[in-house]
This record gives sequence, structure tokens and C-alpha cells, in this order.
Amino acid sequence: MSAPSTPTASPPAGSGGLLLFSAVGALVAFFCAGLSQDPIFRLQAETFALAGVIAAFFLTAGLSGGTLRDEPDRYSDNVIKAGVIATMFWSAAGLLVGVIIAAQLSWPRIFYFPEAGWLNFGRLRPLHTSAVVFAFGGNALIATSFWVVQRTCKARLAGGIAPWFVFWGYQLFIVLAATGYLMGATQSREYAEPEWYTDLWLTVVWVTYLLVFLGTIWKRKEPHIYVANWFYLAFIVTIALLHLVNNAGLPVGLLNHKSYGVFSGVQDALVQWWYGHNAVGFFLTAGFLAMMYYYVPKRVERPVYSYRLSIVHFWSLIFIYIWAGPHHLHYTALPQWAQTLGMTFSIMLWMPSWGGMINGLMTLSGAWDKLRTDPVVRMMVVSIAFYGMATFEGPVMSIRAVNALSHYTDWTIGHVHSGALGWVGFISFGAVYCMVPWLWKKPAMYSNKLIE
Amino acid sequence: MSGLSYETVARFAQQGGLIYFGLIFLAGVFYALRPSKKAEFHHAARMPLDDEELP
Repeated sequence: MSAPSTPTASPPAGSGGLLLFSAVGALVAFFCAGLSQDPIFRLQAETFALAGVIAAFFLTAGLSGGTLRDEPDRYSDNVIKAGVIATMFWSAAGLLVGVIIAAQLSWPRIFYFPEAGWLNFGRLRPLHTSAVVFAFGGNALIATSFWVVQRTCKARLAGGIAPWFVFWGYQLFIVLAATGYLMGATQSREYAEPEWYTDLWLTVVWVTYLLVFLGTIWKRKEPHIYVANWFYLAFIVTIALLHLVNNAGLPVGLLNHKSYGVFSGVQDALVQWWYGHNAVGFFLTAGFLAMMYYYVPKRVERPVYSYRLSIVHFWSLIFIYIWAGPHHLHYTALPQWAQTLGMTFSIMLWMPSWGGMINGLMTLSGAWDKLRTDPVVRMMVVSIAFYGMATFEGPVMSIRAVNALSHYTDWTIGHVHSGALGWVGFISFGAVYCMVPWLWKKPAMYSNKLIE
Repeated sequence: MSGLSYETVARFAQQGGLIYFGLIFLAGVFYALRPSKKAEFHHAARMPLDDEELP
């Protein structure tokens, strides 16, 4: 990569193709919007078309103006900068919706308009969960995975323009899903509410994400694949699998937003919670464990406490998590033995979870003084402590007798927030506080006191 | 009931699954604990610490 052979920098590979794709996609979406009799589908198609026009405009401007350049001898950091900004934006949006629905629980008439259902609790609640999990968490995962895979593989992101397609394609997915919820387009599947066309779009984006990640690992200069990349890869692959199976369905019509799932009855419930619990296990756990295994050692300048434990942690976690879903269906039509299986595997999860927590915390050995001086390290330690608490509480709640007490109470919501806000939120904020000075080439954050 | 009854399939899935996943777990532990990997894992544990710009 030394001695540049071409004096004039060429645009990233695939830029022209993406321009064509955006223009054709916008055109097709315009036709769909025009032909559809369904007002919700029409608005969603128009949103898609608008996104295609904007993408085509900026690609044309970048290609003709020469600002869209490939820089093969540097890491792709601009897409990560965009990802960090998107992470902070969606976190603010998602948390704000959380405050609103919490207020609606106490004062049911707040933001309630009998004539227009847009801001009903039933529509805002999935907006909150999807915004914090998929918009905030998802952007944090994509941005950090792009950072970590490049640094630990010593290779620039693969795929030319593809990482940018993943970033903007994912934002379009969020906008389609969020506006869809507000209009009442929902599959009524927990954490998988977006309708069939939004699901198809996410599939395209997600497969591209997988290919970018695999391509970068493929051209790595470092023979060993660092453990964080294993966790990220498990997260990307498993989410793809879960998404495809759980969303299997048939639309009422090709120009209609409504669809029906192919499963019914107890099979439907089992698939739903196989998906739902593994969204927790692979999106909210494996992906953020990848963050822990990179940003904690990096920040405290100590090697991983036990690399061997991290490998056992990885394999036992992914093999056990995939079976835990049935604990969401205690005292239902699901066969008793399947409920017991889910409960048993949930309790077995104590071992890898606490092994991982100990591994993360003990990485600070020899650097415990940083806990006193560096607020970012404190955030990470709080996060790992919440990981330990949430993964202790979860198996307890999965025990059938405990679940009889906890189910349909605020205990469940408290547990979710211990995991999602305590573990996922704090490790993401820690990672963002690490990356912002690195990305924008600043010596430190603006104010340590404000972080405190 | 001959052939593939519910009980046959369930027993095979339960016992076969136990052996299958038990062996995979042991393989993972064996890989992680092999003495010959000591140097590679020692290097790998420090990978986040040396990740400057592209060479």
C-alpha cells in the first residue's frame, strides 16, 4: 500500500452501482406509492423513495465533485464518526420516548388523543424498545465493530462503498420502522414489530454488514482472530438467522403493509421467544461483550485477564443461550418439558455469564487506581457489574415458581432496564467516550467533570 | 407405534443432543487449554493494546 500508483484518487468500489441502485430503488418505490390503495404502505413507500433520491443526489455530487475518494492506506474512520453521532442521536430520542411512556403509565391521559392514535401508549412502547435496542444499541454495535475489526485485523474495511450503505441503510430501516409503528403498522411480534417490507430491507442491509465484516477478517494482516471479533461475528450471524425465521410471513398483497406469519398457535409463540430471548443473548449480550473485550483492556492498558477464559466464555455462552427462550412461556400450552429445558439452560447460563464478568473485571488487576481517576473506566466497571447482576437475576426469574410471581409485574421491566440501561447503556457510553477523542484526534474529552 | 414416534424422536433429540453438545463443549475447553497455544493466546490478550494506524 506504499507508493501510490494512481495519482488521481478513484472513488470507493461500487459507488456507481450504489448510485444506480438508489435511483432505480427510488423509481420503483414511487410507482409502488402511486399504485397502492393502502395509505400506510403509500407513506412508507414515499419515505423509501425520498431516501433513494437523497442517496442518489449525494452520490452524484460526491462522484462528480471528486469528494468521494477511496483511501486504501488508511482505516475507514468517517463511517465510524457518523455511527458515533447516530448512536448519540438515537439514544437521546429513545430515552425521551421512554420518559414519555413512563409518564403515560402514571398519567394515562398525557399525549392521548382519541381521534388520532399516533401517540398511544401501545404505539409508543415498541417505539421506545426498538429505538433504544436497535437504533441506539445497533448503531453503537455497528460503529464499534467497524472500529474493532479494523484495528485488530490491521486491515481497512472491505467492500468499498458498502460500509456506508450499511450505515445509511440501517438508518432508513430505523426510520421506516419508527414511522410505521406510529401509523399502526406492526406485526405484533415483540422486538420484531416492523412489517414485511421493512424486514426485507433490513435483510439486505444485514447481509451486506456480514459480508463487510467477513471480508475485513478475510484480508487481515494478523494471523489470530481476536476474541472480540468472534463475539461480533456471532452477533451478526445469529441475528440474521433469528430475523429470517421469526419474520417468515406472507403479505396480504404486494402493495399492502399488512402481513401474517406462517406459524400459528404454540409454535408461533415458541419461534417468537426463541427469537426474543436470543435478541437479548446475541444482540444485547454477545455484541456488547465484544465491546467489553476490546475497550476495557484498551482503556486500562492491561491485557485481557485470561484469554483462555474468554474462549470458554464465548463457546459456552453461544451454545447455552440459544436454548433459553422457552422460559418466556411458563404455564402456557408449551409442553412442560420444553419449559423445563428453557429454565435449566437459563440457570446454566450463570456459569459463562459470571465467568465473563470476572474476566472483564479482573482485566483491571494492576490498574485498579484508574477507577479513582478515570470516570470512563468507572462507567465500564458499573456496566460489567450490571452485567453480573442482570445475568444473576435473569436465571432466578426463569425458575417456574419465581416466574409465577414476577411475570406481568414491573419486576420484568426492572430486569430489562438493569440489562439494557445498566449493562448495554454504560458499556456503550464508555466506548463512545473512548472513541470520540481517538476519531477526532483530540487529546481528551471536552470535560472530565461533565462525564463525572 | 413403529418407526418415528414422538417418543423416539424426543429421546434421540434429548440424549443425542446431550452427547453432541457435551463433546463440542469439551472440544472448546480442550482448544482453550492446550499448552501449545500459550504463546499465541499471550499475544492475543494484548492485541487491543497495539493497534496504531495502518503500517
